[in-house]
Amino acid sequence: MIEIQEVHKSFGSLKVLKGIDLTVEKGEVVCLIGASGSGKSTLLLCINALESINSGKIIVDGIDVHAPQTNQDQLRRKLGIIFQQFNAFPHLTAQQNVALAPRKVLKTPTKYAQALAQEHLAKVGLGDKLDRYPAQLSGGQQQRLAIARALAMEPDYLLLDEVTSALDPELVGEVLDTLRMLAEDGMTMIAVTHEIPFAREVADRVAFFHQGVIHEIGPAKELINNPQQQRTKEFLGNIL
Amino acid sequence: MFEYTFQWRVVWKHWPQLLEAGLLTLQLTILSIIIGLVIASVLAVFRDSSNPFAKYLSVTWVALARNTPALLQIYMAYFGLGAFGIHLSPYTAVLGAVAFNNAGYLAEILRGGFSTVPASQKFAARGLGLTATQSYIYITLPQVLQAVFLPIVNQVIWAMLATSLGMIIGLQELTGMTTFLQSQTFRPFEFYFVAACMYLVIAKIATMLAQIVAAHMFKGGADK
Repeated sequence: MIEIQEVHKSFGSLKVLKGIDLTVEKGEVVCLIGASGSGKSTLLLCINALESINSGKIIVDGIDVHAPQTNQDQLRRKLGIIFQQFNAFPHLTAQQNVALAPRKVLKTPTKYAQALAQEHLAKVGLGDKLDRYPAQLSGGQQQRLAIARALAMEPDYLLLDEVTSALDPELVGEVLDTLRMLAEDGMTMIAVTHEIPFAREVADRVAFFHQGVIHEIGPAKELINNPQQQRTKEFLGNIL
Repeated sequence: MFEYTFQWRVVWKHWPQLLEAGLLTLQLTILSIIIGLVIASVLAVFRDSSNPFAKYLSVTWVALARNTPALLQIYMAYFGLGAFGIHLSPYTAVLGAVAFNNAGYLAEILRGGFSTVPASQKFAARGLGLTATQSYIYITLPQVLQAVFLPIVNQVIWAMLATSLGMIIGLQELTGMTTFLQSQTFRPFEFYFVAACMYLVIAKIATMLAQIVAAHMFKGGADK
């Protein structure tokens, strides 16, 4: 379970998060929607401690993420994160990309890590691309590589930061299909997304961010089909 | 009229001396690059340091090394430091000056290399649970090396050519030895021609080796 309590975060004088409260249960899929700059992506980075917070608390499975005594490297193994810009490691093959963290972080013997990488790449449909370098893969394939890389660490949660925003429209579908499959397997996910139809279909709940606060939150279909707040209506009206 | 008769045998007679001088040039080149790289990796980090002394040291070093003649740097090491009671042998003065020069150039090359690796690569590595050190060793450094590999090879060649200035203070590296031998034998063209070939061959071999190594090490290509 991820519990986010009264989280505030500023970059200099710019207040990005102004008191976020959100609890995500195991097995739940929560989509964060809202205009750019409303703080959605920053919240994801705060959840796995890639960014610090100014006040409040984020608790993952009972562990206070930002407490000084917390081993954040260890904690991040639970929390897979996937970015908008894929961030495949360009100097490593697909298989090496996936096997690296199991080898170095979990100390899995190379042979097992490679088998693990093959298995996860096959799962996202890249079983025949093991020895390709990222530069030889399409955007959609690179993003699926990033998903396989995160899954190889067997995380309990996945944080998805606009994972389809940098893709050509015809490549969006293949990545969303992969995520759909994960949701059906019961993976807990917090996804920042602009794919409203995807959110409506896959998410259990949707949270609408506006100016650093959660302006409205509710069951996915209800919130998207029938938003209550004026600002939510305007946003969805513009985007759909 | 063209009355010069080429005499190559005399060069062959002095070949052992030329080879020895060539090896000295090679040794100076390799040592000055290694020392230069060590200093440069510190300077590159100092450059973005919050410590003003470290930053100032790095900026000054790079500016002096790159904007003053290499010959002047050698003179300063050999003659200039005498004012402070530091008397260097020609060998040490040339090695020190060329290493000083290399460090300035290499620091800028390394700094450029670091800036080619997007910060998001580190985020992705840390997001997988890698520690800061692991992320540096397995993700950042290989990409920096890939970016700076060929510029460093260029610097190696530049360092080799710069060592020829050592003859001015009496060091018998390849150019110095060649000058000495031609003055003894009155065969300037033959000796300088052979010396030029030796420089060329060393440089070409170094470049080719570097390209072979690069092709094997950096298969991922530049994907940015």
